[in-house]
Amino acid sequence: MKKLFKEFTKGLIKENPIFVLVLGMCPTLAVTTSAENGIGMGLAATVVLLGSNIVISMLRKIIPDKVRIPAYITVIAGFVTVVQLLLKAYLPDLDQALGIFIPLIVVNCIILARAEMFASKNSVLSSIADAVGMGVGFTIALFIIGSVREILGAGQIFGIDITGGVIPPATSFILPAGGFLVLGLLMGVFNKVTKKNPSEKFDCAHCPLQCGVDKEVAK
Amino acid sequence: MKTIIFVIMGTILVENFVLQKFLGICPFLGVSKKMDSAVGMSGAVVFVMTLAAAVTWAVNEYLLIPNELEFLRTISFILVVAALVQFVEIILKRFIKPLYKSLGIYLPLITTNCAVLGVALLSIQRSYGFGMSVLYGFSAGLSFTVALILFSGIRERLETAYVPEAFKGLPIALISAAFLSLAFMGFQGLFSF
Repeated sequence: MKKLFKEFTKGLIKENPIFVLVLGMCPTLAVTTSAENGIGMGLAATVVLLGSNIVISMLRKIIPDKVRIPAYITVIAGFVTVVQLLLKAYLPDLDQALGIFIPLIVVNCIILARAEMFASKNSVLSSIADAVGMGVGFTIALFIIGSVREILGAGQIFGIDITGGVIPPATSFILPAGGFLVLGLLMGVFNKVTKKNPSEKFDCAHCPLQCGVDKEVAK
Repeated sequence: MKTIIFVIMGTILVENFVLQKFLGICPFLGVSKKMDSAVGMSGAVVFVMTLAAAVTWAVNEYLLIPNELEFLRTISFILVVAALVQFVEIILKRFIKPLYKSLGIYLPLITTNCAVLGVALLSIQRSYGFGMSVLYGFSAGLSFTVALILFSGIRERLETAYVPEAFKGLPIALISAAFLSLAFMGFQGLFSF
């Protein structure tokens, strides 16, 4: 039980998928124009991550090592399709807002990385704890980035006006440039608070997917 | 001719895949430390993107639509891209050795590059024909190239700059990318296509 709890909590801060592991940057930057979209994307990714971690962990002794990446991608794509259809049916507004980034959850590195690094080596229960922890960590990070951008860029939070028309919002924060800026600043602050800077060595050699090429790329 | 130039310039400047659409951020941040690897990666991306746009268009038109299997688009496209990358790698290794030496090591990384899947999905969404899809794939690759090469130039300068400890590495790189993206915002409304 204690171990499961540890697997769950590590995704929140110590191995936060965005600020520490630096995974899944595309949706992080693209959909965080508001706090609501951030949470929506986070939850969609969490559902996919949970499903794929469970299935891959159950199949970990059956999938041959050589074809594991294509097998993982197929499992993940299956869950993404499920989420895509559900969102289209029940939350059409969110589906519109997230747009192409829903099908692109397939290539979100977080999910493939957790399959490769965790689910393929651990039991189903720990994989569930890991998926929920990572998913919640991802959602919280997206929520923080989304709120900062929404407050600065639109003067709102969850669509409620907070500036009262006194301070004009800086629209550039909800435009692409603001996404890079806010993520960069938040990551710096996160490093300062945790007194670590894991991203200093970030490059493709850092990628958790052992493609067998990483060392050569690093040179 | 006019359309071709409009699509290429529009995709590179107005709708830059990396800086305006946020597709392919991982390689943008991961391979931009050195100019050489940035050029190699860009070459591989242009190559695969153009091919992927053509192949996924054919899969969608002749396999998915006639059988009413559009809901399988995501699964089939990602598998097509993964198979295509493997296939290109084998062909290059066997027949075009010099090209394999310069691009080979970047190829496996491209499967999970969301710009490749993104370009396939976007050209379906915009209901482009075959020629237009290929052109769009090619110009999307070029837009990735422009962003990556510009950014790797900036990052080479950042290596020697004084940066506070907590901001070293990625944070300062992201902040520089913000200014690059801000500069590209100036092209907004230059073309419409």
